[in-house]
Amino acid sequence: MSATPSIVGKKEREALIDPLFNNNPIALQVLGICSALAVTTKVETALVMSVALTVVLMGSNVAVSLIRDRIPNSIRIVVQLTIIASLVIVTDQVLKAFLFDVSKQLSVFVGLIITNCIVMGRAEAYAMQNGPVSSLFDAVGNGLGYSLVLILVAFFRELLGGGKLLGFVILPLATEGGWYNPNGLMVLAPGAFFLIGIFIWVLRTWKPDQIEAD
Amino acid sequence: MSQPSVGYTVGFAAALCLVCGVFVAGSAVALKDLQDTNKRLDKQKKVLSVAGLIEEGASPSQSEVEELFAKRIVAKAVKLDAGVYSDAVDAAGFDQRKASKDPSMSVEAPANSAKVARVPEHAVVYQVVNGGSVEQIILPIEGKGLWSTLYGFVSLQTDMNTVQGLTFYEHAETPGLGGEVDNASWKKGWKDRKVFGDNGEVALKVIKGKAGAAADDPYSVDGLSGATLTSNGVTNTIEFWFGEHGFGPFIENVKSGKVNG
Repeated sequence: MSATPSIVGKKEREALIDPLFNNNPIALQVLGICSALAVTTKVETALVMSVALTVVLMGSNVAVSLIRDRIPNSIRIVVQLTIIASLVIVTDQVLKAFLFDVSKQLSVFVGLIITNCIVMGRAEAYAMQNGPVSSLFDAVGNGLGYSLVLILVAFFRELLGGGKLLGFVILPLATEGGWYNPNGLMVLAPGAFFLIGIFIWVLRTWKPDQIEAD
Repeated sequence: MSQPSVGYTVGFAAALCLVCGVFVAGSAVALKDLQDTNKRLDKQKKVLSVAGLIEEGASPSQSEVEELFAKRIVAKAVKLDAGVYSDAVDAAGFDQRKASKDPSMSVEAPANSAKVARVPEHAVVYQVVNGGSVEQIILPIEGKGLWSTLYGFVSLQTDMNTVQGLTFYEHAETPGLGGEVDNASWKKGWKDRKVFGDNGEVALKVIKGKAGAAADDPYSVDGLSGATLTSNGVTNTIEFWFGEHGFGPFIENVKSGKVNG
């Protein structure tokens, strides 16, 4: 499989690019919605969450793929969960040590990566059947697909809900002497639902083959 | 795939647990010092900012924070029911939140609207000193908002009535609504307000709408629009901690000169 001269074959390229638009984990597979609602009020937290999830996904995909032939089938889900949980705890510890302020804002949501369906879904659906290299690309691709939606949603929520981007004032708020009246809906969870809905709508208009048959 | 033996499965599970356990424990132990430093610094920063010694939103370096804290802040433990300073606990290392949960170090709070369940026997206050004299006293407060418990500090001038500043260092209110307790311009509105009314009752309240200037309207603070329950929570928290079950006795003693501010 990876005996081809170039390490990045067609399969790896597909594993990397496909999850962005063709097979986006949030928009098409509709996984990981819970954290997409919770951490997208600000771009900064969305960025850190995206990186954390991508790192965990890469680690778990590679680890599961490396030992995939040795995992006893009867306990494979437990094995995957143990690996994912360990990686998430370590990520959480690292965030608390080096990015304390952001980790305070993310609070329990880093821990909840354990239950994020994307990570386990990719381990079970891809890494169990494929080698470590293409599993790594699959992890990066899915991580980026998740990040893309998260950052896009956070961009609109922070801009329209707080008039800021990454903490910098873009639209001066009326309450602070500017002219912009923030849209309160955007800072609440339903705001994220609407944005994700619009994103899925736009995506399926662009790629009609993603529309599910009734 | 043929079914592996039970022995292999158990062995595999044990080996995996061992590897993961070492990995998790290793990272927790290796990073503990850094994490503890972060927590301590974060609290020190909040204390300094409620005292007005560092600017809101500024990001001073670790050594600046530690130096300023060591020079200007003195932590002291207060025995709450008697309202006097106490050496029974080590003020610098005292974990008030842990103490509140420990039945041997706390008492059940009477029913109160701030929904404080237990009050610790001791609490840590911070004196802001300049040279030899005390300029402000910072009191820790906590109480329920809409979703979460808000933890914060109120800084009082030495008359034990005039607010110098207020800040919350931990809460999980809705960002943009109740989360506006972190808004710098809202927090500025607390400066120079008075806590106690003419008859000694706690009069300071977060009202609905805009409060007047501190000189004409000393007992009111701007409401947080769209966050009535968080606003009420802040009012209740102030009422509880400045009342007889909170820092009331201590404040009385400082005012009457029985305890040195």
